Amino acid sequence: MNFSIKPILELRDVHKAFGPKQVLRGVDLAVAPGQSLVVIGGSGAGKSVTIKSALGLVTPEKGEVFFDGELVKNAKGIEALRRRTGMLFQDGALFDSLTVWENVVFAPLYRDGMGRGQANKLAIENLAKVRLPASAAELRPSELSGGMQKRVALARAIVAKPDLIFFDEPTTGLDPITADAVNNLIVEQVKALGAAAVSITHDMASVRKIADEVAMLHEGRIIWRGPVSKLDSSGSPHVDQFVNGRAEGPIKPAI
Amino acid sequence: MTAAAEPTSVQPRDPVLLRPLRLIGRTVLGGLREIGRITAFSARVLIACVTPVIYLREVLRQCLKVGYFSLPVVGLTAVFIGAALALNIHTGGSRFNAEQFVPNIVVLGITRELGPVLAGLMLAGRVSAGIAAEIGAMRVTEQIDALLTLSAQPARYLYAPRVIAGILTLPLLVLVADIIGVLGGYLVAVGALDFNGSLYLKNSWAFVTGNDIWSGVIKAAVFGGIISLMGCYQGDRSQGGAGGVGRAATLAVVGAAVLILASNYILTSLFVRIGL
Repeated sequence: MNFSIKPILELRDVHKAFGPKQVLRGVDLAVAPGQSLVVIGGSGAGKSVTIKSALGLVTPEKGEVFFDGELVKNAKGIEALRRRTGMLFQDGALFDSLTVWENVVFAPLYRDGMGRGQANKLAIENLAKVRLPASAAELRPSELSGGMQKRVALARAIVAKPDLIFFDEPTTGLDPITADAVNNLIVEQVKALGAAAVSITHDMASVRKIADEVAMLHEGRIIWRGPVSKLDSSGSPHVDQFVNGRAEGPIKPAI
Repeated sequence: MTAAAEPTSVQPRDPVLLRPLRLIGRTVLGGLREIGRITAFSARVLIACVTPVIYLREVLRQCLKVGYFSLPVVGLTAVFIGAALALNIHTGGSRFNAEQFVPNIVVLGITRELGPVLAGLMLAGRVSAGIAAEIGAMRVTEQIDALLTLSAQPARYLYAPRVIAGILTLPLLVLVADIIGVLGGYLVAVGALDFNGSLYLKNSWAFVTGNDIWSGVIKAAVFGGIISLMGCYQGDRSQGGAGGVGRAATLAVVGAAVLILASNYILTSLFVRIGL
């Protein structure tokens, strides 16, 4: 993949297996600063494992991860990467035992030692960015709807002003209207930060809304990549089948 | 006798004969691997317990959960054990005309052995399972992954506060259990066995030594650490949804209970040797 500018994140020939199951078979992926890349693919194609490999949550057997031009090769490198990235998990992964505001400012509060008063103010500012009222700050995650949980998770992902944000199925489980609202917030906040974004999703409406570029992952490899405008004329039967949601085609349904 | 039926020499390559050996080998290796994992996990968490940063707010929160909210169950256990112990010692002692030793043996039994062991076992059920379930749920809902992506170490933020709380609060619970256990013995001795109340308490107090109390407290601190560590370890390793979380809770209770009983014997042997 040729980039005229240095990618913020690059995966080279990443392989990962769980027991006998080979999930990633040589993933190559690069994201430029400020670019929004969406990875699509069927269930079990290895999308989540790709993100987790980039973040050091799983250790690839083979391959390399570069962040801002530096090879991420040890715990120190992974720590440096995580300090400059944000992540929105599929189900939010909010901490049950903490309030909404403590969740939002977890990193500044617990990692960086920010005072609670200042952290509370910062949390409320970031809640406002995702259209949540200050009154939500003292609630527990279990008291929030699915859409509100996603917003809180988004506020937590952007609070440290990251250079790169990962989104794992950001609209899963949401109704179409709430999903669209979450997509709008993602676009707005990623642009406001000038950050790059790597998202994985099955939701084609979400893809069209948030992607600059789309990559298709199939059987552990990237088989197509192109601008979102080319999604309907990709020339790839796999992409065509996936985009149109057909059971018939080269991709076998995961049942 | 045909050639095929003739007795042959031992054939080490025969897979049928090797099967039991292979099973034994696999079990032993699996056990050693598990011990290695628990040791490495414990070392990582114990280092986090004694090096900065320590999250005091979390430690206090866990002290409340582990210690304060366990008071009723530990108190109830102690009062019934003290009462039953007094009855048993009176019945057994009457065979040797030694009924008068009820207060002495009750206080010794409670402080050195039954207080820490029973409080430990009760907390293994209540606390270890609770910790394993809580951390297991965090593992399967990606909350632990979220912690990692926020550059927070689970060993420092999640596990160390629980282990510190276990080590600090179980000795305090055992001191309370000692008092309540002696009180249980007192109630039975005075109410049902016609002991003189003030004499009972005087004998109990005169017989117990600082070493008796200390040995129980030291055991309790070790048991508190074991209970929290097993809960954290099994929770951390849980996978596969609700079933995995349930399995983690069960393994935590069983592991903590076995380790409490084994370490109780080791500590008792050590205390006997050094005269504590």
